[in-house]
Amino acid sequence: MYEKDGEKYFIVDSHMHFWDASPENWVEGAEQYAKGWIECFHAYQGLGPAETHQPIEEFQKVSEEQLMREVFDEGHVDVAIFQSTYLREWYKNGFNTTEQNGALFKKHPDKFRVNSRFDPRDGDAGMREFERNVEEYKPTGVKLYTAEWNGDSRGYKLTDPECYRFLERAQELGIKNIHVHKGPTIWPLDKDAFDVSDVDHAATDFQGLNFIVEHVGLPRIEDFCFMATQEPNVYAGLSVVIGGLMHARPRFFAKVMGELLFWVGEDKMTFGSDYNIWEPKWQVEGFVDWQYPEGHDFDDYPRLGVDGKKKILGLNAAKLYDIEVPAEFQLSSDTSAPASPDDAELVERSVAQA
Amino acid sequence: MTAVSDTPSTASTVDGVWEALRTVRDPELDTDVVSLDFVASCSVSDDGVAHVRLRLPTYFCAPNFAFLMVADAWDAVSQVPGLSDVDVELLDHFASEAINSGVAARAGFVTSMAGSDVGEAVDELHDLRRSFTERAMLAGTDLVVRPLVRAGTTPEELVTMTLRDAPPSDDLPRLRARRRELGIPAGDDAPLVVDAVGRAVGIDDLPLHLRKARSYQVGVDANTSICRGQLAARYGL
Repeated sequence: MYEKDGEKYFIVDSHMHFWDASPENWVEGAEQYAKGWIECFHAYQGLGPAETHQPIEEFQKVSEEQLMREVFDEGHVDVAIFQSTYLREWYKNGFNTTEQNGALFKKHPDKFRVNSRFDPRDGDAGMREFERNVEEYKPTGVKLYTAEWNGDSRGYKLTDPECYRFLERAQELGIKNIHVHKGPTIWPLDKDAFDVSDVDHAATDFQGLNFIVEHVGLPRIEDFCFMATQEPNVYAGLSVVIGGLMHARPRFFAKVMGELLFWVGEDKMTFGSDYNIWEPKWQVEGFVDWQYPEGHDFDDYPRLGVDGKKKILGLNAAKLYDIEVPAEFQLSSDTSAPASPDDAELVERSVAQA
Repeated sequence: MTAVSDTPSTASTVDGVWEALRTVRDPELDTDVVSLDFVASCSVSDDGVAHVRLRLPTYFCAPNFAFLMVADAWDAVSQVPGLSDVDVELLDHFASEAINSGVAARAGFVTSMAGSDVGEAVDELHDLRRSFTERAMLAGTDLVVRPLVRAGTTPEELVTMTLRDAPPSDDLPRLRARRRELGIPAGDDAPLVVDAVGRAVGIDDLPLHLRKARSYQVGVDANTSICRGQLAARYGL
């Protein structure tokens, strides 16, 4: 929890990792990819405050002790949600698997949720692995990388029949939240990789599932925004948005926030630190203090108050994950700032056009 | 790399190469590769060969965009008078080899990626370029029109205005250039606000159109700032 100016914030970090990218874990013959991948992540860390930058050796693999300290003791996080990323082609034991994350979860079940994953292209074997993971870790969410390469495939869509089979099964198994990576480059992308139209269709067809679009479709946030406006069960995952922009490019960050608040709204935005790319501490503290910079560029964006920040930092994700939030952290009143009548009309018209 | 000669003729040729590179854009960011600092080095050797080295913010930047930039750089630099040959190379990228050899052989994207380490790749890139130029055009509309709106121009006035009525700015010639690339009229008499296929936007659709144009502009800005930040972190700029 984080307290500032008499307000108490319950923090859910809804997108973080416990990875092993140390050279010992690199697959022979694929070293350049394993190295390139973690260096790419490391460059992202460079967008955070200088005092939080780590040497690459430390960044490749943090210890359990360091994670617990940086996320919970120093980072103000109450509950953290692990997202899994496999990348077994490059990392012998995987980069950040359900098992790796799950081991920490089992030690601290009150502090973590562990999300699983599936890849519809893995067929029946993949389905069995997914089912085993669900049985063991009881996840209520998964993280999907539609742009990931797999054998001869250069990516898939949520709307592929095979994927629908997995989504149906996931729903039967109690999965509620589908985090979809639609954002900055992951293993070679094809041109459809940022396309969010598949989320649009799947969200319509699976009303019982929530779709959290991580990294809000960067670089094409506008496509994401137009889509999310129309789908009540689509959320904006702010991982990379806060970490990558708030410190390094505050004016751009403010514009992106303004767009998201306008099109998507504070009830459907969730904080994720993307640890260990960035520590949650400076992100949480900076976001609580955040306001629009001076200037006309921001005049007509919806404002974000204390209640909105409480929702984004924790209350929204707590609802998605059925995390119990003590009364002291709940909103004092249940009022959220309505969009101006003009804004509401534009959003409505956008929905009507779709 | 061959040292740059000090003779005046070579110096002006080098200037010409830089100038040519300024016409090469990152399609996603709608900014030229020189401004983005994607040119790691540029020189002309004594035998008249232009050597250009390009670099990108990450090892895993999308290969399709990378291919476009390398191919465009090759084409642009080839137009510079006084060169005997052109040598463009992309550095430090997972698909460097496939892209460099593909461009050098004048192969399309699909051909150059086929059979390489990165396997079979995506479609030819014309559609991709078109869709990003459309976005750039919409984002540019925001830059040109928003100052007018701020100055009190009404929607009724905006829909009757032509490009001639837009106040001079750096953004205006850029908007015209993007419209020409898309085959959309860009002369003084052409409507100021048009959609992606060039139709004038009417009064009913104008508010939403401009609101979306603004979102496009924010998207381009945000992406550019992330890319610049990563490049700086990667190369210690």
